[in-house]
Amino acid sequence: MLAESLLLSAVLFTIGVVGVLTRRNAIILFMCVELMLNAVNLSFVALSKLYGATGQVFVIMVMTVAAAEAAVGLAIIISIFRHRQTVHLDDINLLKG
Amino acid sequence: MIYDLAVPSQLLAALLPDLTLMGGAILLLLAAAWRPESDAHQRLIGRGAMGLVVLTMGSVIATALRGATVTDGPIAMDGFRWTMDLVILLGALGTIAISTEQHVRDGIKHPESHVLVLFAASGMMILAAARDLMVIFLGIEIMSVAVYVLAGLNRRSSRAAEGALKYFLLGAFATGFLLYGMALIYGATGETRLQEIAAALIRHSLALDPMFLVGMGLLLIGLAFKVAAVPFHMWAPDVYDGAPAPIAGFMAASVKAAAFATFLRIWYETFYSVYGLWANTVAWVAILTMVVGNVVALSQTNIKRMLAYSSIVHSGYLLVAVTAGTAVASGAVTFYLLAYTLATLGAFAVVGALQPVGETDAPIASYEGLWTVRPWLAVGMAIYLLAFLGFPVFGGMGFFAKWYLLSAAIASPGRLVLLSVIVVLTSVISAGYYLSIIRAMFMKPRAADAPEIPAAGPLTRTVLVVAAVLIVALGILPGQITPLTARSGFAPHPVDPALLSIPAQP
Repeated sequence: MLAESLLLSAVLFTIGVVGVLTRRNAIILFMCVELMLNAVNLSFVALSKLYGATGQVFVIMVMTVAAAEAAVGLAIIISIFRHRQTVHLDDINLLKG
Repeated sequence: MIYDLAVPSQLLAALLPDLTLMGGAILLLLAAAWRPESDAHQRLIGRGAMGLVVLTMGSVIATALRGATVTDGPIAMDGFRWTMDLVILLGALGTIAISTEQHVRDGIKHPESHVLVLFAASGMMILAAARDLMVIFLGIEIMSVAVYVLAGLNRRSSRAAEGALKYFLLGAFATGFLLYGMALIYGATGETRLQEIAAALIRHSLALDPMFLVGMGLLLIGLAFKVAAVPFHMWAPDVYDGAPAPIAGFMAASVKAAAFATFLRIWYETFYSVYGLWANTVAWVAILTMVVGNVVALSQTNIKRMLAYSSIVHSGYLLVAVTAGTAVASGAVTFYLLAYTLATLGAFAVVGALQPVGETDAPIASYEGLWTVRPWLAVGMAIYLLAFLGFPVFGGMGFFAKWYLLSAAIASPGRLVLLSVIVVLTSVISAGYYLSIIRAMFMKPRAADAPEIPAAGPLTRTVLVVAAVLIVALGILPGQITPLTARSGFAPHPVDPALLSIPAQP
């Protein structure tokens, strides 16, 4: 099971990375980042079967941090929506050079 | 004496400075929410935050003087931790001092902004101490989440919101890489403690285990994002451009110092036995960072973006010291970070003082003839820029920072001659943009329609003077501070020469 879980985790992580690199909507980008973090969580849980509870403790930490990050991230996305009425990254282009 | 971190009282003693800062910051957050937002309340909380930072500095020094150490456990107690704590707290103190006055000009009335700086600083202090992948992850996130908010502090500014969004998305993306790297290293070794990982690497000779290699690579990518090394630097100019000037200075100085602290600790305490595997890669990242950063900085017309590229370049110089892999090199890094923090604080304080209120950017052209209207600002800015450049005498500490860095690189077992030559050559390129600002300030006439520059407040002036005086004084007498930074260097453990067979020279 371990190999399959790690493979699934790697696939999910790759989907997340490809999503961040190709999609242009801030919310979808953020969802892809969350997918990456949860793929890592899957790895940790799978590995903790081999090495003991440390991996599971790590997962709890990651989930807590991801929740805090989501709160801040969504607030930032709302604040840019208030200014620009869009969350499409191609339209958010004041800073250049 | 040697502390046992399993004993609660000794754990508390080991974490005293961090707990002082965090506990005080939480109380200040309550105080900040107590009254409605106003300039007076913002200034009051700023004063309180500065007092708390000074108190924390005191407790860092007191804990350091007690001379206790730990042999294992999730946090370290060594000279490196205490020196980095002081460098980080110095950055936070300067930032809060400048921003209490800058916020009034920018119309930012949020008292909690100072508390966010304190939270970020406590995350950084955890990073300086952390010896466990889990604690490192928490430290990076405590720091980053607070700094994401700080980047978008000016809520009326569309540019600030854009910078914060870019910082947040790329920072969270980088966190994903960092975390996956940690998971794979945990998978390869079964440990999260740095020393245990190091022991497992040697015990099972995992150097060529693909899971470990990919993990180390992903960890390098994640940290390269945090220190803004090329090719993971694209966020830095946009974020510094959008953020208020003092906060941009905080991101350039303290965030980088903390990221390098953990970078150095992971690489020196854990990956020393596989030096040959990473030295080449880190050296190439350093070369790319120095060359690309310097060349792009030449074409910048906005001073905040130029300083952003300059901070990218300094990451490249510091990566050269990381590549050296010796105790001398880590001592050189702390000295460099101290000089860099002082110069960055000063430079961004000047940028803030000269930036017109509102959404306009900070064109370099607006520095023309500064000498004729605000001579002391011009002199200060010249000292900070010369310190960035590493100019002898007038650049003060900056010169010795580069000197120690180069001598550490050349004296290292790998003899990083090529890297040292590139440091020197790219420093010459950097004269192109640093000196052009100095020329604009001193030799060009002030434009007739140039806006009047309001006088800087007393706290900003204090920061400017203290930074300039320290840079020059410690540049004349670097011996006053080198015992401290040299003691803070921690040696990578001795390495089996067979493991060094892969050449370290790019």
